[in-house]
Amino acid sequence: MSGMDVKELRIIGFLCNWCSYGGADSAGVARYKQPTDMRIIRLPCTGRMDPLFVLKALLGGADGVLVSGCHPFDCHYTSGNFYARRRLQVLKSYLPVLGIHEDRFEYTWVSASEAAKWQSVVTAFTDRIHELGPAPRLLELEDMPLRFKEGMDIWPS
Amino acid sequence: MAELNELREAVAKVLPDVKHVIGWQRGYHAVRSSPLFIRNQEDLDKLIWDRTCYQNLASYLTSTRGERVGIIVKGCDSRSVNQLLQEQLINREDVVVIGVPCTGVISLDKIRAKFPINRVKDMQVEGDELTIATRDGEEHKLNRWDVAPDKCLACKYPNPLIFDTHVGEPIETWEPKQGLYARDEEFDQKSLDERFEFWRREMSRCIRCYACRNACPMCVCRDHCIAESRQPHYQSQEADVREKFFFQLIHAMHLAGRCTECGECERACPMDIPVLLFKTRMGKVVKDLFDYEAGVDQTAVPPLLTFQAEESNIEEKEW
Repeated sequence: MSGMDVKELRIIGFLCNWCSYGGADSAGVARYKQPTDMRIIRLPCTGRMDPLFVLKALLGGADGVLVSGCHPFDCHYTSGNFYARRRLQVLKSYLPVLGIHEDRFEYTWVSASEAAKWQSVVTAFTDRIHELGPAPRLLELEDMPLRFKEGMDIWPS
Repeated sequence: MAELNELREAVAKVLPDVKHVIGWQRGYHAVRSSPLFIRNQEDLDKLIWDRTCYQNLASYLTSTRGERVGIIVKGCDSRSVNQLLQEQLINREDVVVIGVPCTGVISLDKIRAKFPINRVKDMQVEGDELTIATRDGEEHKLNRWDVAPDKCLACKYPNPLIFDTHVGEPIETWEPKQGLYARDEEFDQKSLDERFEFWRREMSRCIRCYACRNACPMCVCRDHCIAESRQPHYQSQEADVREKFFFQLIHAMHLAGRCTECGECERACPMDIPVLLFKTRMGKVVKDLFDYEAGVDQTAVPPLLTFQAEESNIEEKEW
């Protein structure tokens, strides 16, 4: 199933200005066919990528989040993607704790010249999110009573 | 447990060189303690040292930065001091650490679950047996292991890892009662949907009082916490489940590789939300990925503040 012939889901892509954003741009210029589910946000570097951006997106209604930056050793700022790799891997391993499928988030490396690779990455990721379906939503619980700790000694007796 | 007199002597010795020494005093009933800032002999007489000294006093260290203070630490608390030193949030020469070996404290929450403790009059301790008398004339006999916090059940560091003065003899590390927190294992059995539902229900009770954050020794941003910042406006002030959940995730992510699992967040929570679970699960992720435990080695660099060009436990993605 391709992302192109079904209803769109919400996918957020965080792309590094120096590599993947250029790669995605080249893919567009070269008129490679791509699914249209992804909204792209441009980052100065994946080192700017706070794992909280991903969580904010996922809790805010995104069905999938993709982060893409420069290949290791190719970072414009030397080491931004190395820091990013640790943070993003921690986040990815942590998502199941929250009850969110870890496949909803992915990070990868695509350089500015890899237009074809960008096309395959975005297609594969979109397909994967479509397979998972819409993400679970956080809805307000109306039947939850507000209760303090039982026997809480708020005042001394 | 080490003798109180020995501890008093140790505190008296460092008192002239510091602004204050942080310790514990009796709270407003026999099962409660509250922090004590010792400045003179009069304060020193109030000092206590028993199973009710559960609070991690390291939380106060960052607010007295630049002044020389003393602090009394248990084994687990010493990890927090270590971690603060590792991140250079406090200076080593500014803090005098008085270490006491600890055989475990008791949890107010667990006692509360057994009977309402706002009528406590007196507590007697005999070995592992606690006798708590209430004003209603009732006596409750408890085994201390039944009311020990989870962190004591899984304790690996009863002796302080860092100290200038050591009070009493180091005690033998006992076999942890459980390898991993039993509660966490139970949580791991849940499916993804069950976990999501679990957090949705738990977080909906949160009142966003920020007690968990304020009690945390590693939460040092204070007025600059991004949960309250307007510039950038990271999180709305609304109290819906999403914002409350997100706040806890801010806390958990900012403590990745730093949390020493002292449990202050959960102890401070007035709504009985198992917020420590966020951090212990994060601790496991960090342990698996980087083989790192926070606050154990004073010279180590926290794993998210560094990197390796070739990561041994992170696989490169093939697309």
